[in-house]
Amino acid sequence: MADFIIRGRALKFGDNINTDLISPARYMELSYKEIAAHAMEGADLDFVKKLRPGDIIVAGRNFGSGSSRETAPIALKYAGVGAVIADFFARIFYRNAINIGLPVFESSAASLINEGDELEVDALTGVIRNITQKSEYRALALPQHIIELIKAGGLIGYLESKFRRDQYASSNDTF
Amino acid sequence: MGMTLAEKIIAQKTGRSQVEPGEIVIAKVDCAMMDDILGPRVQIADELKRLNKSIWNPSKVVVISDHYFPAATVKQAEIVAFTRKWTQEYNIENYFEGIGPCHQILAEKGFCLPNSLLVGTDSHTCTAGAFGCFGTGIGSTEMLGVLITGEIWLRVPETIKINWEGNLSNGVMAKDVILKTIGDLGHAGATYKVIEFCGSAVRSMPIDERMCLTNMAVEAGAKTGLIEADKTVYEYLQATGRANFDEPLRSDPDAIYCREINYNASELVPQIACPHEVDNVKSVEEVSGLSLDQAYLGSCTGGRLNDLAVAANILKNRKVAFNCRLLVSPASHDIWLKAAQTGILQTLAEAGAVILAPTCGACLGVHSGVIASGERCISSTNRNFTGRMGSREAEVYLASPATVAASALEGRIADPRQYM
Repeated sequence: MADFIIRGRALKFGDNINTDLISPARYMELSYKEIAAHAMEGADLDFVKKLRPGDIIVAGRNFGSGSSRETAPIALKYAGVGAVIADFFARIFYRNAINIGLPVFESSAASLINEGDELEVDALTGVIRNITQKSEYRALALPQHIIELIKAGGLIGYLESKFRRDQYASSNDTF
Repeated sequence: MGMTLAEKIIAQKTGRSQVEPGEIVIAKVDCAMMDDILGPRVQIADELKRLNKSIWNPSKVVVISDHYFPAATVKQAEIVAFTRKWTQEYNIENYFEGIGPCHQILAEKGFCLPNSLLVGTDSHTCTAGAFGCFGTGIGSTEMLGVLITGEIWLRVPETIKINWEGNLSNGVMAKDVILKTIGDLGHAGATYKVIEFCGSAVRSMPIDERMCLTNMAVEAGAKTGLIEADKTVYEYLQATGRANFDEPLRSDPDAIYCREINYNASELVPQIACPHEVDNVKSVEEVSGLSLDQAYLGSCTGGRLNDLAVAANILKNRKVAFNCRLLVSPASHDIWLKAAQTGILQTLAEAGAVILAPTCGACLGVHSGVIASGERCISSTNRNFTGRMGSREAEVYLASPATVAASALEGRIADPRQYM
């Protein structure tokens, strides 16, 4: 299985970044692109301006609490966020992020990372390398099938390739 | 080994006699609910087409347009129109529009059945737990999987037992019970777990009040909040025409709970969640006197008939303060009608309330009563996050319908017990 390494700069947030802050309801009637233009607005008005593609959000406890809105991970993904590292995530956000192909990592080392640190996350081993601070931390590694799912762009892409494989397999059976 | 109610429901849905917390199982879904805001329009409609799949069982699918009704913008109107057309395309007969927030409608239409598994694209789907129904919120992509397969993977959750014994004092409501509980558990205190509400105070509550408890279980991070179904549930379901359901499951006496908290209901005083977190809970007394711009009575948390009746009793022959507007959104068309027929709406309107449509609108800040920067609102809804009801420079305090009514009268946060 090929490596899955995510590199990016840390953008720091505190505890309890809820989905109303990540994706305010008043923009939810708009397109994904427009929703993404307001990502994290409830927590930081300048977030999208600061963000460089691939940047990694590093937050505290209970990231993504509140609403089941899938526009929260969608906003982050479309805005260009490469991954989210947090102490721990709220349940529905965690599932939604994986399902739409946004890598999420639980790590108690989140508080050791500073704003702007260059990070490298190995999804398979769960090792976070802090290039700026020359240190390493552990995160919960993602199982292989979840990495495959994220690489396929999320659950739908994953299912699509699975359906195609199944179809191929069954057409082979007939011969 | 004994099992909790949550474990028993999940075991039944996976066709097994025993499950244990931490196991990952694939469970059969009894009812899949989508709303307008996170329903077909997000991922589901396009991807279902692209994958060229049909819906596993349209009769088990319920679609409710509630968040964007009545629409405030053309974009909202188009989302509702899209949702309506989509249900026609897929022959979904259970489509409801403009008759109230989805969780109330699911209950009134008889979809919240004891022992069943209900998933919805809204985090407050846990409301169904008041009927001994395992209701839980899921994302839109996950819903797509349910629509195709009729199944969902679940990690069997541990259960926290919350026990409220005794009688609540006059002027203290289910909302105070749940706010106190969330304040103690913390907003992530039940993450990945189930909260089971027990005790004589819970058993003596009418359905309207029980639904307020289970509705807010997710505010402590819970997967669902459950109450064992009993005679009260049976009578409610009978009235909806859904009296034929299996014998309700119950937790075994030797079931294992990961945590138990015991409360004496008679000691509870009115509670309030202060900005900007639902677990930032204080007694109303501690913050009484803070001036208000808006009081909001409504939603799937605090807009049921009992809520409106309690508020009307406080506001009867009195007037809302000049500095504070009172907005009332009954939680369903049915509640709206009953409140009209019994004179409750007239009492509220005479006191100066504006009576709105049954809708999610202002609760999540999308229409019908959003608030401006610098404004402060007291609300019987379920979230007070920054920007939740409008401007990110506004404040939302969450309290019971009684506290909302008393506060509207005074134009400042007020303890309702003096008006009982």
